[in-house]
Amino acid sequence: MGEFIVTEKLTKFYGTVQAVQDLDLQIHSGEIFGFLGPNGAGKTTTIRVMTTLTKPTSGSVRINGFDVVNEPDKVKNVIGVVQQHLSLDRDLTVRENMEFHARLHHLGAAERKKRISELLEYVELADCANRMVDTLSGGMKKRAAIVCSLLHEPKVLFLDEPTVGLDAQGRRRLWDLVRRLNLDGTTIFLTTHYIEEAEALCHRVGIMHHGHLIALDTPEALRKKLGAVAVETLVDNKETRYRFFADRAAAARYVQTLPPNAGTVIIRDSNLEDVFVEQTGEKVGGA
Amino acid sequence: MLNALKDVYSVLWVDLRNLRRHWRSTLATSLVQPILYLVAFGYGLGGGINVGGVSYLAFVIPGIVALTSFSASFNGAASKLQVDRFFYKSFDEFLMSPVSLYSIVVGKALIGVVRGLISSGAILLVGFILSPTLMVNPLLLLVLFTSCFVFALFGVLIALVINSHQGMSTFSNLVMLPMTFLCGTFFSLSQLPEAAKAMLYVLPLTHSSESVRAAALGQPFPWLSFLALLGFGIGFFIGCIVALKKASV
Ligand SMILES: Nc1ncnc2c1ncn2[C@@H]1O[C@H](COP(=O)(O)OP(=O)(O)OP(=O)(O)O)[C@@H](O)[C@H]1O
Ligand SMILES: [Mg+2]
Repeated sequence: MGEFIVTEKLTKFYGTVQAVQDLDLQIHSGEIFGFLGPNGAGKTTTIRVMTTLTKPTSGSVRINGFDVVNEPDKVKNVIGVVQQHLSLDRDLTVRENMEFHARLHHLGAAERKKRISELLEYVELADCANRMVDTLSGGMKKRAAIVCSLLHEPKVLFLDEPTVGLDAQGRRRLWDLVRRLNLDGTTIFLTTHYIEEAEALCHRVGIMHHGHLIALDTPEALRKKLGAVAVETLVDNKETRYRFFADRAAAARYVQTLPPNAGTVIIRDSNLEDVFVEQTGEKVGGA
Repeated sequence: MLNALKDVYSVLWVDLRNLRRHWRSTLATSLVQPILYLVAFGYGLGGGINVGGVSYLAFVIPGIVALTSFSASFNGAASKLQVDRFFYKSFDEFLMSPVSLYSIVVGKALIGVVRGLISSGAILLVGFILSPTLMVNPLLLLVLFTSCFVFALFGVLIALVINSHQGMSTFSNLVMLPMTFLCGTFFSLSQLPEAAKAMLYVLPLTHSSESVRAAALGQPFPWLSFLALLGFGIGFFIGCIVALKKASV
């Protein structure tokens, strides 16, 4: 497993607003990497730099060995991007949008036709191929956007908050699609502020906060580092206190030491939310 | 070179698809203004007047053709690009594709050229029916095509540097509307004081309407104005590239 994306001290300022600061990150080829963080953490900015849309203020990004600033054309051939907002031409059909992307990526007529029908099957949109994008449901729009980014068979797919606004079923369906793409060999870089999504889907997770990478590891390891078991105690019915332990036995021993009037006590597995809160003192979803 | 042309067509393709779906309303909208001008100025106001030896109607029709090439090309290119940037948010897709900035700019301008040629061609046709003194010749077609291209590039540039709907309508009231009436479209600049003339020659539409008129009426052709028009085109093109490069900073 090589390093497919390498950032070194990546920094981006918008005027005086610091969006990303000294980001050092390696994305392995073949993994599903999750970039987790609250609103304004710098997730989209990082993706925009990686996908050549925005120039970094300082630092560098290499994708597949190519520098995004100096060799953008080499980078563009291996990346597929699904932006946070819908970026389809809503006045065209799904198929026309796909054809448009295929043309932009220099696919010949025969290849276009073949790829388009293959991919429509792959994302289960064959029935809607000739419908206007505007008439599709949110989940279908998202899959249409994904399918447009796949026409040139990118090696890495960037998904910026792909499941925002989808219902539970739509979300699961999208997770399945992402897993399938990954099994078929595509490296995935996705951002999310849903804890469950990062835990359910990602091999490794980087947690961003105010432009800084504050944790980076597998969800497993991040939880273990903190303590796999969490004990929540509600103090005086207003403030919840958290303690973390390596296992349930240790947690149970701690609970025994609590005074009888300690209030409600909950023992549960720790999660990435705990990791974030412990590191920052804030909640991912905003306090 | 061939690949660049293919890329240009790929960029144009998506806008052509759009136009194909909406061509009736698009064409109708772009013809309302010039036809109103034709009726109000050509017949209503200028009925018996002569300008430089030709009837006012024959004088004003080429002006209105130039004006139509301006408004239809400019708006055709600018409005679709603004929609792509702010409504569909699809413009980034062009920038993330392997298509070069040059091909993007030309491709995005071409939808304006297509719309400008259709609209000004329609007015030209009406003009021939109304005023047989007008002549169609290769020079006129060359001037018309050049005008459409220059104004479409102007539209692309403005759509790239103005980032809001509000700004767009300010621009159209502050710059486009005065150009519509002042740039030698409805009256001959020779009647104006030198200072006013000098100011109007800074605007591209002046050169377009003088060139279109000379070609259509078979008068001595103002090559200098035609060159100035080309100069504006090159300037707008460079401006577009600079604006696109700046956008990624
Ligand atoms: N074009 C821009 N101009 C100025 N500031 C910007 C721009 N884009 C982003 N920012 C700022 O940079 C910071 C990081 O924004 P970014 O969009 O990368 O966050 P994010 O993690 O994607 O957030 P969200 O979850 O809301 O999408 C924010 O403070 C934001 O206001
Ligand atoms: Mg974002």
